[in-house]
Amino acid sequence: MKNDGYSVTNKIMADSITTEQTQPAVFSPAAFKEAEAIIARYPSRDSATLPILHLAQREFGYISPAVEQLAADLLQRPVTDIHGVVTFYTMFNQKPVGKYHIQICRNISCWLKNAPGLLEHLKNRLGIDVGETTPDGKFTLTAIECLAHCEQAPAMQVNDDIITNLTKEKIDTLIGDLK
Amino acid sequence: MKLVSRNFATPDSHKLAVYEQSGGYARIRKALEMEPQKIIDEVITSNLRGLGGAGFPAGRKWSFLPKGNPKPRYLVVNADEGEPGTCKDKYIMTYDPHLLLEGIMIASWAINSHTCFIYIRGEYVKQARILEEAIAEAKAAGYLGDKIFGKDFPLEVIVHRGAGAYICGEETSLLNSLEGQRGWPRLKPPFPAVEGYLACPTIVNNVETISYVPWVIELGGQKFAELGSERNGGLRLYSVSGCVNKPGVYELPMGTPLREIIFEHAGGLPEGRTLKAVIPGGSSAPVLTAAEIDIPMDFDSLAKAGSMLGSAGIIVFDDSVNLVEALAVLIRFYAHESCGQCTPCREGTGWMRKIIARVLDGGGRPADPDNLLRIANNIIGRSICPLGEAASLPVIGFVTKFRAEFEEYIATSRKVDAPATTSRMAAAL
Ligand SMILES: Cc1cc2nc3c(=O)[nH]c(=O)nc-3n(C[C@H](O)[C@H](O)[C@H](O)COP(=O)(O)O)c2cc1C
Ligand code: SF4
Ligand code: FES
Repeated sequence: MKNDGYSVTNKIMADSITTEQTQPAVFSPAAFKEAEAIIARYPSRDSATLPILHLAQREFGYISPAVEQLAADLLQRPVTDIHGVVTFYTMFNQKPVGKYHIQICRNISCWLKNAPGLLEHLKNRLGIDVGETTPDGKFTLTAIECLAHCEQAPAMQVNDDIITNLTKEKIDTLIGDLK
Repeated sequence: MKLVSRNFATPDSHKLAVYEQSGGYARIRKALEMEPQKIIDEVITSNLRGLGGAGFPAGRKWSFLPKGNPKPRYLVVNADEGEPGTCKDKYIMTYDPHLLLEGIMIASWAINSHTCFIYIRGEYVKQARILEEAIAEAKAAGYLGDKIFGKDFPLEVIVHRGAGAYICGEETSLLNSLEGQRGWPRLKPPFPAVEGYLACPTIVNNVETISYVPWVIELGGQKFAELGSERNGGLRLYSVSGCVNKPGVYELPMGTPLREIIFEHAGGLPEGRTLKAVIPGGSSAPVLTAAEIDIPMDFDSLAKAGSMLGSAGIIVFDDSVNLVEALAVLIRFYAHESCGQCTPCREGTGWMRKIIARVLDGGGRPADPDNLLRIANNIIGRSICPLGEAASLPVIGFVTKFRAEFEEYIATSRKVDAPATTSRMAAAL
């Protein structure tokens, strides 16, 4: 969750003013079928919002304003509601991310096992800061909260996989292997 | 003795056939022959407590469902596992998803609910897939669907992934999230048992709580209760992380002494290190000093000692850890996760973050320990949900019990004009 306090409202307004007109986003027929099946599972259409956004992020990589509109149309909700949801949850990317999204845990159990040192190492190795993507579009680096793998700390997530008991060497090997 | 962790090491333990070989799905068959009220009575007798954090007796929660309300009832399993230091529900979902499903079936029969949602944290992609596969297997066997075990009782289980918000582990935030809204907690009352998902009566229980229900049925409430301590029935999973030789998840009786968990089960501290502090129940639980670990790990004993058993996420700090910086990690976390609805929590966590950042930057003031305490005390009791307290209690615990360390840190790292930009905070976190 991102605590921006009241700035959230301002941000929504600013975004709606500055958003440039983009091409509408359209689901592939397979994704559309999946979306319909998801919606049918729930007793209320709104309840399908998170799974639809997960599906959309899988399809498009991130949730652009056009993707928000697509979700809004599917769910029959105002696009401002969808934007409110997207901005609340940290897992929804509002900007494109690299092919590999590296998210390292910085919470207490990982911190005790040198997570800050590993984060520095990742920054140097990738040549980017937290929140940035390498110029070749391959890696995005994010620092996140507890991944519930504290007993195998330090931990990080690369796309859908969680990698634990991290060391600098392990990170180097992994990054070398990611093509 | 092992109950919910019994199958963790068995190969292919996540498969239905393997689960049934170990006696799985016998308890639901037995339960379906029992009156639902009889099951609730057994769970009350068992002293099974809510293992998500609050420790509310499970059977009593179930009996709060309003009678004669014609709306559908829902069971929601809390698999958000967001509390830092907690990593136990993952084992159940990874290695014994059918145990959770059997617990869901028994609970659903007991409370007469036909739809169960498992709200699982978004990062548990693997566990969500394992659960989906287990549900499909159970459906194919006729254990879920229109007539479970041939009985005229339909039951669907839906896996619902969260999307990265600690606050969504709080039950009313979770319900808003499940309804497709921002995860803002709701004012209570009404409690979810009366008005929960879509304003229908809803029981929210943690994964582990539900996974002990088959064992209550198998052993009987009385026998289950006797495995634990007074008013804290049975066993539970303790997650141990931080400065120990064998971090891991250990299933032990309620009331097991904290010292025994750290020094016997988790292998003690690395050679040459001594114990400095322990957080006994997830990051929200007030810290204990090394002198306070001769305590039975149950809800009542820890409450009496001014801390809490919470999620039983035990985080161990040895003498090499700087506790000022450790607290900074926790403060930053809560400031980040405050949903921003209540002014005291939103602003208070933000101010605590600013103060601890300046302390780490070398600009701490002698009054800062008291400043932190004052802010923390002003959040407590003035917030919609317990996150406000969860953010404040660790601050009060650390600053009160290790005050000298805070004062020394401020005195020795103090600079006259601390540059606000070169943040050691960033480096430390
Ligand atoms: C900020 C906050 C976070 C919480 N996170 C979780 C969580 O991740 N998992 C969980 O089971 N309960 C969590 N809880 C507790 C739930 O609100 C609720 O008490 C619990 O799910 C009820 O189930 P139980 O009675 O079986 O423990 C959290 C509470 C708060 C205030
Ligand atoms: S106490 Fe904090 S997290 Fe809870 S509702 Fe209020 S602002 Fe949100
Ligand atoms: S603190 Fe890093 S996984 Fe829990």
